[in-house]
Amino acid sequence: MIEARQLTKRYGEKTAVDGLDFTVRPGAVTGFLGPNGAGKSTTMRMIVGLDAPTSGTVTVGGRRYAEHTSPLQEVGALLEAKSIHPGRTAFDHLMALAYTHGIPKRRVHDVIEQTGLQSVARKRSGAFSLGMGQRLGIAAALLGDPATVMLDEPVNGLDPEGVLWIRNLLTQLAAEGRTVFVSSHLMSEMALVAEHLIIVGRGRLLADTTVETLVRDAGGDTVTVASADSARLRDLLNGPGILITGQPGSEHLSVTGLSGRQIGTVAAEHGIALYELTQHRVSLEEAFMSLTRESVEYHASIQPARSAA
Amino acid sequence: MTTISDTRPSAAVPTVPRPAYKVTHRRVLRSEWAKFWSVRSTWITVALALIALIGFGTIAALRYKSMIGSDRHIDRDFLDATSVSLTQFGVNFGQLALGVLGVLFAAGEYTTGSIRSTLTAVPKRLPVLWSKVAVYGVVAFVIGTVGAFAGFLLTNTIVSGTAAHLSLTDNGVLRSLFGAGLYLGLVGVIAAALGAILRSVAGGISAFIAVIMLIPGLLSLLPTSWQSHVGPYLPSNAGDAIYTLHQQSDLLTPGRGALVLLGWTVLAVAGAAWRLVSRDA
Repeated sequence: MIEARQLTKRYGEKTAVDGLDFTVRPGAVTGFLGPNGAGKSTTMRMIVGLDAPTSGTVTVGGRRYAEHTSPLQEVGALLEAKSIHPGRTAFDHLMALAYTHGIPKRRVHDVIEQTGLQSVARKRSGAFSLGMGQRLGIAAALLGDPATVMLDEPVNGLDPEGVLWIRNLLTQLAAEGRTVFVSSHLMSEMALVAEHLIIVGRGRLLADTTVETLVRDAGGDTVTVASADSARLRDLLNGPGILITGQPGSEHLSVTGLSGRQIGTVAAEHGIALYELTQHRVSLEEAFMSLTRESVEYHASIQPARSAA
Repeated sequence: MTTISDTRPSAAVPTVPRPAYKVTHRRVLRSEWAKFWSVRSTWITVALALIALIGFGTIAALRYKSMIGSDRHIDRDFLDATSVSLTQFGVNFGQLALGVLGVLFAAGEYTTGSIRSTLTAVPKRLPVLWSKVAVYGVVAFVIGTVGAFAGFLLTNTIVSGTAAHLSLTDNGVLRSLFGAGLYLGLVGVIAAALGAILRSVAGGISAFIAVIMLIPGLLSLLPTSWQSHVGPYLPSNAGDAIYTLHQQSDLLTPGRGALVLLGWTVLAVAGAAWRLVSRDA
């Protein structure tokens, strides 16, 4: 559980994080989204006490991070910037962290295995590829068996196999009841793993929402259909929770709430010739873009305004 | 209906019994010790320090011996040389190697970014600094002392039968040799503190050289009365007082020299502590 209250960080004139309020709950993957420079990394650094907030607070498990007697057991963090001495081997790096908490060597071997670093554990980390460096960072994050796992842009530099591995890992960690907080500037990547989303732009909270709500509020999925008798088709398709728009007299209709397959079937049953049937998926990316664009003007946070029937 | 309630999990924490880990000062010390020895530059620099401490004294002793053997004019430097003073030719160079290593140990964390790992493991921060200076102070003291004794034994063998020859039991010899170790230990801590204050290897090494070598040089440009008042209290001169065999009028007594150098060390470490706590990592 991570709780930020009016969290603010200023660097001179520049405000990197501006009065953030959010709660990250256990048992689910929470995505932390925002364009580059939105203040995600700064927020994460404040969570683990590397940066001190200018004002406001952020707590983990009810306390400031530094107040925990066993910090690595509370939060395991992978930060964006490199946090490893290139001259030290992966094993020695993990061991140095383990010593501070009295974590046994067995556990170090466990996380090395879990992250697939066995073959390079005795190599100096300076020679690691970006992907292996990320895996080592994740191994360090998992070392203390933490209740909260916080990863800053974990898929950066990973190959497709590594990306898939991260996705499964995040889902599994959440399923184990841990709090999982993952930042990314890629909405599409987040959509695959996160249930909950915290979206920031220019240091401000834009939305504290779920993937589903975000898509729905951005317009949901629509189907464009062109037919020989659009007026009749419109009547046939109409129903509760279904939205149909179209110019009178035009052969095009825009339908929300039904799949292309359902529309095609209805048309066939009634002998209406279809000229076009196109499904438009509002990508999360688009939803995200429209959100960050609007936010600059309104600084609004999304509330589920209407409910889908 | 929104479906949030379907996807939101129960707020259960992991029910598996989890081992109880805890950060203690001893464990942080153990970690810093492991970090110190697990990079190659440590071993290289330690070797260089020992080579400097033992080798330079040996060279000086050989040169002294050859001058004594011939009837040539004896250099002023060697006029009243003892095996201790010959050995201590290496101290200046040894302190350079140990100073660089101290800066590397502390500032290297910042230049490589490993400080972020270190401070997430120990977010209270100060135990990291105490452990670092303790580990490095002890290491530099031991290397300095071992170097001084080894150098002395070697030098003494070379100059045996000359006026420079001394025995370990001679007045002040043990104090001088341990004093050299103490000086190097404290100067090592000062270097590590400078590295932690400046957070840059290049900056730390420059500052260290300035403190140890440049400032004493600059002082000679000042009026003589100033020199005699300020000079003895500089870290390098206070150190000189600790390990010089024969007391000189322009130096403090060994005890006071040690106190003055200790004062400088405490000042440097306090600066590093303030910087560590007050600044974002």
